Amino acid sequence: MNQNNAKSASAVSDALCAMYGAYGYKQYNMSKFEAYDLYVRNKDFLISDSVITFTDTNGQLMALKPDVTLSIVKNNRDEPGCVQRLYYQENVYRISKGTHCFRELPQTGLECMGTIDMFCLFDVIRLACLSLRAVSDDCVLDLSHLTPVRVVFEKLQLAKHVQDMMLTCIGEKNLHELRRLCVDNAVDETAAKQLETLVSCSGEAQTVLPKLRQTFDDPASKAAFSQLEEILCELQKVGLSDMIRLDFSVISDMKYYNGFVFKGFVQGVPNSVLSGGQYDPLMRRMGRHDGAIGFAVYFDELARLLDDDTIYDLDTLLLYDDSTPWQAVEQILRDLRNGGVSVGAQRTLPAQLRCRRVLKLENGEVTTVYENA
Amino acid sequence: MKMLNIALPKGRLGEKAYGMFECAGYPCPSIKENNRKLIFENEAAGVRYFWVKPSDVAIYVERGAADLGIVGKDILLEYAPDVYELLDLGMGKCRMAVAAKKSFHDDRRRALIVATKFTNIASRYYAQQGRDIDIIHLNGSIELAPILSLSDVIVDIVETGTTLKENDLEEKETIVPISARLIANKSSYKFQNEAIGHIVKSMAQQLEEQA
Repeated sequence: MNQNNAKSASAVSDALCAMYGAYGYKQYNMSKFEAYDLYVRNKDFLISDSVITFTDTNGQLMALKPDVTLSIVKNNRDEPGCVQRLYYQENVYRISKGTHCFRELPQTGLECMGTIDMFCLFDVIRLACLSLRAVSDDCVLDLSHLTPVRVVFEKLQLAKHVQDMMLTCIGEKNLHELRRLCVDNAVDETAAKQLETLVSCSGEAQTVLPKLRQTFDDPASKAAFSQLEEILCELQKVGLSDMIRLDFSVISDMKYYNGFVFKGFVQGVPNSVLSGGQYDPLMRRMGRHDGAIGFAVYFDELARLLDDDTIYDLDTLLLYDDSTPWQAVEQILRDLRNGGVSVGAQRTLPAQLRCRRVLKLENGEVTTVYENA
Repeated sequence: MKMLNIALPKGRLGEKAYGMFECAGYPCPSIKENNRKLIFENEAAGVRYFWVKPSDVAIYVERGAADLGIVGKDILLEYAPDVYELLDLGMGKCRMAVAAKKSFHDDRRRALIVATKFTNIASRYYAQQGRDIDIIHLNGSIELAPILSLSDVIVDIVETGTTLKENDLEEKETIVPISARLIANKSSYKFQNEAIGHIVKSMAQQLEEQA
């Protein structure tokens, strides 16, 4: 993060919302609850399948939202020929992997639903890049396309559990296990090479795309590579292509996702802080005919990076005593506040309060106790 | 230059793995000193090693305290950390197996009682077989469980099988072969890509030469 411009997670989240608004996205507010049934029907779409439930007064089993996208898809209708652009700033409730307990996790994101053309795809991927940039200049967006792996799997017709194991290997960049699985399942040499290429090829588009084109010659994969190239070309024009790495280990469940999928990383945060992609299959499963693409920024992951120690609870604290009339204390506080900074007053310095500057008022005289830059 | 943080498992496996990092151009001579230090740094080489409990390596890497780590496949299967598994180092070879008393016969009319340290691996293995089980989580001396009739079988790591034999137990089924793996934090892989790529390439070459 730019240390001269330390910012809080909530300030960044607000800035992202303002940016999405400026790009024509409309804010979408929703209830904290949904019928539990929605999540049961789409269990695999959720990051964690544990959900907090309760019975409503009418006997219906409800859940605290573990996900936002499902609610937005459910609560909106197709508008033929149009594109709905929505953004949200919501909390979701999931089990934390570390503590195995439920946590309230803040998310900010957007969904673009309707007739998804190349402009829509570019627009969302650009906003994903800009969202990462808003957090840190040191960021990477791993961009992938699910078509090549789908083509290989359609050709191989493997058992579901083998396919899942292979997808796990791709996601882990686990070339050695993938090779073993290919041998154990008599995968032909061409398909094995294609899968290996997806695992081993990552980096700048100029290096990765030629290798992929050499390995995949089917029309669907070729079209996907052309789409990738077109998007990257436009991202270059707006100065965002440097932060893109093609990485086909970004794998999302193909029951719900198709086409572009991506994950964002910022230096200093160990996990991905942004995740998104095209989810036309999810739309079909929920009875919608539109296409869709969206992403979410995870502020639980970012909080440690953003809410750093350089941020103060208060800019100025005025310590006062009975030697100055309280009306004079109020006048001094008002003057200080006019400078546009946060100002508080106490008789003694609280141990847990982080102040940039502490002033002392004694007999009508203000002196500086300490002041940080 | 950003330092590369590497978590090594305490013990012989970690020492052997360090040798491979050293050959890959990341030496840190102070690590060979006989003392109780846990962190060793070679600023010139841009590397920092730390010794951790073998079962904790994956946590250090997943949470980004370490960029790279050496960990057994058993730990990866049990805890499923969100990391990249970049190489099978082929060292520390053993297997995850089901063992029981020689006289054991599986009575499928009731739940099988399984004692293990690896509850996730055991649950998944028996779920795939549709076998109803009752798991007892133990932290050590797992072999005692069937001898004292605490469990029907155990699921544990078997290297040579000597401990089983000496306790009058035998291996009934192999679940999965185990060996040490090189893992990387997903974010570090993006931001330290050149260094990590070089290490993976060099280690793969060392393994080929050994083969």
